[in-house]
Parts: sequence; structure tokens; C-alpha cells
Amino acid sequence: MSKLLVSPSPHIHSKDSTRSLMLDVVIALIPAVICSVVFYGWQELLVLGVSVASCVLLEWAITKYMLKQPSTIADLSAVITGILLALNVPYTTPWWVVFIGAVVAIGVAKMTFGGIGQNIWNPALVGRVFLLVSFPTYMTTWSKPQGLFGLDAVSGPTPLGAIQEGLMQGSTVQELTSAYDYKDLLFANLGGSAGEVCALTLLAGFVYLCCRKVIKPWITLSIFATVALTSLIFWGIDPSRFTDPLFNLLTGGLILGACFMATDYVTSPMSLWGGVVFGVGIGFLTMMIRYFGSYPEGVSFAILIMNSVVPLLNMWFKQKKFGRK
Amino acid sequence: MSKHTFAIGGVHPHDNKISRECALEQLPLAPTVYISVAQHIGAPSVPCVAVGDKVKVGQVIAQPGGFVGAFIHSSVSGTVKSIAPRADLAGRASTHIEIAVEGDEWAEGIDTSDTLVTTIPEDPKAIIEKIRLGGVVGLGGATFPTHVKLSPPPGSKCERVIINGCECEPYLTSDFRTLLEKGEQVVVGAALLKKAMGDVPCTIAIEENKPEAIAHIREVIAKLGYEGIDVMVMKMMYPQGGEKQLIDAVMHRQVGSGALPISVGAVVQNVATALAVYDAVQKGKPIVDNSVTVTGECFPKQANLVVRVGTPLQYIIDYLGGVPESAAKIISGGPMMGRAVANLQAATVKGTGALLFLTEKQTRRAPETGCIRCGKCADACPMGLEPFLLNKLSKAADWDACEANAAQDCIECGCCLYSCPAHIPLLDNIRVGKGSVLSAIRARAAAAKAAAEAAKAAEAAKN
Ligand code: SF4
Ligand code: SF4
Repeated sequence: MSKLLVSPSPHIHSKDSTRSLMLDVVIALIPAVICSVVFYGWQELLVLGVSVASCVLLEWAITKYMLKQPSTIADLSAVITGILLALNVPYTTPWWVVFIGAVVAIGVAKMTFGGIGQNIWNPALVGRVFLLVSFPTYMTTWSKPQGLFGLDAVSGPTPLGAIQEGLMQGSTVQELTSAYDYKDLLFANLGGSAGEVCALTLLAGFVYLCCRKVIKPWITLSIFATVALTSLIFWGIDPSRFTDPLFNLLTGGLILGACFMATDYVTSPMSLWGGVVFGVGIGFLTMMIRYFGSYPEGVSFAILIMNSVVPLLNMWFKQKKFGRK
Repeated sequence: MSKHTFAIGGVHPHDNKISRECALEQLPLAPTVYISVAQHIGAPSVPCVAVGDKVKVGQVIAQPGGFVGAFIHSSVSGTVKSIAPRADLAGRASTHIEIAVEGDEWAEGIDTSDTLVTTIPEDPKAIIEKIRLGGVVGLGGATFPTHVKLSPPPGSKCERVIINGCECEPYLTSDFRTLLEKGEQVVVGAALLKKAMGDVPCTIAIEENKPEAIAHIREVIAKLGYEGIDVMVMKMMYPQGGEKQLIDAVMHRQVGSGALPISVGAVVQNVATALAVYDAVQKGKPIVDNSVTVTGECFPKQANLVVRVGTPLQYIIDYLGGVPESAAKIISGGPMMGRAVANLQAATVKGTGALLFLTEKQTRRAPETGCIRCGKCADACPMGLEPFLLNKLSKAADWDACEANAAQDCIECGCCLYSCPAHIPLLDNIRVGKGSVLSAIRARAAAAKAAAEAAKAAEAAKN
């Protein structure tokens, strides 16, 4: 002992750090990453690599050369943005489109707001939506997965896209959904963005995060419940026009969005009830966009819209203070 | 078995009670003790001995300096060497009475035998007076004079006495050992407090990580046959030993902002205080010693020592083998709320409950990074506050907003800083805000009082 440290209490700290929490999210995403590479092959690996590398490098460069601040890449949040962006685009997306997505996600949605903790919208989603609007062809042509060593990929629309198109041509939902086996949806056998096709691995990651107490389940569960309930009502009214609850839960990136994007700390409310309202809002908006909007799936838009009201939710739903009315 | 806890927040630090098997052990007398006259909340006591006086153990050496004040007794027998300012453990100077130890002769009227006295005096006033004469203060950390707490203001009524045996801070084990080894005395102390408050029910609250103590105290209560004293098993949760949290856990009542426990009918005393009450009332023995846990992973010899008040810390540490090489911080108290020791020459006070040694790795704070709005601080806050917000407001010196967001309610438990993954020194900053809000509130109260008095004077002048 040379000199005693003298600093105010508390003198110990929980083991949590921003980095350890983010590392847990990365770990939770690994099964889905592996699953998507297995089902989509090397092209998916390229998308993931480009996305993660550009997110991390961009954040590093922006902090170093533009903001002239200590680098924040060690907190791993850029890695997560990279993975989520990659899982949100089709594996056929050209590398330069992915790169543009990363520029928008990190450069615009995250760093212009002041970096981690300051952004209003989920960076990966902003990147994704930007690409969806700017490069609709790349973003909406999905190929039926052929596996790691698969040969001729059959391209086609996603289930939700196919149904919207089919409905416009006068088919009924029953005819259209009969083409899908829900087991395929759960086990990743259908078209979609990479992250949309591995429902079980995503759910496993979600359970991991809840067990590690990184996130609380309320937001995700209220999204699921609202989507299920809303579609149950509409489907109950007219099953020929509206898709059924299970179909809606399993398609269109709902699981990815609900488990990993809507639960992002920075862009979601802090309190339990704030989170529930946030989740219900996302679920409801998703279903409205899916049933009545012009985009076949609505999770991304729904989350971004609800991101904008988070400051209000944080103000309205506060923990009751001890011993006060 | 249903377990109780408080309603809001709380954290689960690892309890690290590594000294739990160490039986209470009497520390040999130090050659010299230094007894502070400011070791309780309230006015410092006024010395009533002079340099050169011979004193005995238990003899009064300082008188209360006001209603909220306490007697201070000599913890040793010997000669008063000096009455002079001396640095306390934070390095701040206050008056200490230095006594050179000679033998161990006790003052008249103190029963030093081990015989358990179980008859409870009939008159509550007499009990409280003996507590006052014994210099008893709250030994759970706040060191508030006990007799004051037991004299509720007119109009308020005590409905339950709670004996705090939670010891929810990690590492601390002195209350646990006291419950195990001096359980009879603690239970009699509880019965005395119960009687003093008008025979209200009494609950001894013990956390579930001390099953031996729970079983033992239940046995003792049955054996001694007191009515209306029960043991409540509490879930492990920090800061359950906080007065407001414990009342919430036991009685499901929340003490309002700025209010006293008695406003919801509760009086809380901790285990060590109950023991001191027993000693003072049944044995005529004032507080001259208290138990101190000496512990830490890097400390070679764990111990629960009974230490005379005023013993220099260095003496205690040397008795156990000196400060280990790897210790970077020494804490008086627990790791969540204790105070870092700056000065090993400082002497123990009545409220010294532990000396904890932490290594650099255990205690060094990581560099602060940006808030990620995870809400973990708000989830952890047992007062339902928003530490991330108070942190910002305090840094911006916006005291009005601090007050509107209840910075003054902060109990400085440290849960927020403990939980923050961005390592933001939340509590450090909130303390500043809380301090400013409290002084603003005090200034307002003083101004209101002055205005009322001026109005009264004007009224009187008119007539
Ligand atoms: S130190 Fe204050 S603000 Fe922080 S958790 Fe405890 S009561 Fe809440
Ligand atoms: S715990 Fe720290 S990072 Fe999380 S909201 Fe509170 S201040 Fe921000």
C-alpha cells in the first residue's frame, strides 16, 4: 500500500459496463448470424462483414477526425448496429448499398446527434429505411434461400409482399397463405431479409438477453401481444382479406424488430409502463401499415415512429417517487 | 415462508460476508484513546473533565451540548492527557479527549457481570432517561441520539418498534455476530424499547442470508417469553436497512419526503443499538465499546472485534497484522455507504461498525462514458428518483429543477452509481444538488419564520 484512495461512496460497482451489455447483445445475435450465413451462404457473410466493418470504421473515423473525441468503438454499439443493419437487408444487396446504409446509420442517425445515448432513432433502422426508400429494387427482391452451398437461387417476393400483391390481384388470403408452412417460417425456409428468416434463433437470443437482465421483456411481449390481438380481430372479421395472427408474428422481421430493435436502450422508454405503451404502439402501427399501408411490412416504420415519442413516454410514465403522491 | 422487502428499486450486490464465522473478540486495550466530542448527530458535547483528571470506565467526560445531543463516557480508565482538536477519519479536525490508559477500573454502579437481567422496568420515562444517561445513539450509521428518537413530538404516536437486523451492506457481520452471541441481550433491549414506546408491537427484521440468527432469535424470544415481539424474515435486498425502506418493507407505509418515521407510527433502532439499550438500562453500562467488523478479501485476518470507543484505527489494524500490501482503500463502514478513511491515526467513534479493505481492482472506478439511457439507475433507485436526470440538473446547477425532481429525497444509498454501466458518477453529482436544495429549503424555512416573527412583533407594537 502506498497511498490510500479516498473517494466518495459507493466504493464498489456492479460488473456491468456499456461494453459488457453490448457484448451480451452481440452474443445474443450470434445464433441468428450463423443461421443466416448457413441459409444464405457466403453472400450473407459479405453483407455482414461490410456492414459491421463500415459501421465500426465510420464511428472511429468520425470520433477521431470530425468530433476529435476519444473513440467510442470499444463499447461495441457500432458492431451491433452493423449486425442489425446486415440482418435487415437481403443477402443479395450489393456491398456499396450496404456501405451507404452504414453511412446513414452511423454517420447520420447516430453521430450527428452526438454519438451513443444521444440519438432519437434506432441507427440501424434509419439506415435500413433509407435504403428501402432509395434502393427499392435491391431491398424488395428477395431470393428463396438455397443454403450455404445452394446453387440456383430462385428469386421472389417475401411472404408479406406476395400476399399484398396477391390480394391486389383478387386472391383471398387463404389461398395465398396455404402456400406457406408455418414450420418453414420458424425454421428459416422462406424469403425475407436475412434476419427475418431465423425466428427461433432470434427468440433464443431474446431469451438470453432477458435471462442476463440486459433487457426487460415487456416491450417485446407487448409488441407480440398487440400484433396477435390486432390481427386476430381483423382476421376474425374477414379472413379472406386479412392475414392471421401467427402469420403476422412470424413474418416481416417482426421478431427481429421486437426483440432487438425496439429494445435498444437509447431509443426506447425507461419505465415499465412507458415500455408497454411503446410496444403496444409499435404492434398496432405495424398491423395498420401491413393491412392498409403501401409497404408490405411495417415494423421498421412503426418502431421509428414510436422512437420519436419516447421523450414524451419518459415524461408521462415515471416511477412513483417514494412517499409522494 | 413469505419474505418481505421494500417496494421500489434496490440492488443485489454480492454479500461477501467472509467474516461471518469470526466470533466476537475483545480487542486488548490501546495505550491511549482519543474520544471525540462530536460523534453523534446534533450539538457536539461539552467536555466536563480537565487535563490531568483521573477517569474510570463509564464515567461521564462530556455533557450533551443541546437537546439533540448525547453524553460521552470514558471508554477506559486512566488520565486525561489533553483536550484538543484532532483529525477524524476524513481528516477534519474536531475536539478529542485524549486519555492515557491505566488499568481497567470501572465507574460505580456499572454491572459488569454476565448475568442476564430480564425484568423490564414499568415506567417508560425511566427507561428513556437511562438510555439518555447511557449516551446511547443510533449505531446503524446515523448516530442520532436514541432518547430523542424515543420522545416523539406531541400528536404523533408510535405503533411499532422495528429492530433493524438487516445488515444489508456487503461484508458487514458485526450485527450478525451480535444476534448470535448476544441474542438474549438484544431481545431484552427490544423489549425495553417496546416498553418505552408504550407497549407497542415490536418486529425484529433479519435478512434471509442469516438463517442461524433468525432461528436463534426466535428461540430466545420463546425462551424469554416476551409477548408482542416477532421476527420477520426479509428478502436480501440493498438498501433494506435504510430506515424508510425498512418501514416500507415491514409496515407497508411510506414515510413522506422530509418527514420522520414517527409520522407513520414507526420507530427503528438497529441491533447494536438494542444491545446498547440493554446495557444502559439493565446494567447501568453506557456506550464504551462497540463491535467492529474488520474484513476484506485482501485482509489476511478477518475479525469481529469489540473495540473501546476512541481506539486509534492503526492500533486495531496492527493488532490484526497491519495494512496489507494490496489494499488501496480502507472504508469505515460498508462498501455502499461507508466513508473512505484518509487518516489511520483517527480514532473509532460509537458509530464505527466496520473497517473494510478493498484492493485497487475492487474499488477503482472505470472512466465515465456517455449515458446510454438504459434506465438502470432509475430502476435501482429505492426512492423512485431519476438519477440520470438529477445528475444532469446538478451539473447544470439548476437547483429549482433539482428540487422539483426531489433531489432532497436522495438517501445517498449509492444504488444508482453502483448500477450505471456508463460509470457516470451519479451520486457524486446528486449529493451536490441535494445539498443545495436542502440549504435552500432551510433558508426558506428560516425566512418564513423570521417574517412570521416580524409580523408578530409589528402586531404587538400596534397594541
Ligand atoms: S443515491 Fe440517491 S439517487 Fe442514487 S439510487 Fe440512492 S436514493 Fe436514488
Ligand atoms: S444507469 Fe447510467 S447509462 Fe443508464 S440511464 Fe442511468 S445514467 Fe444513463
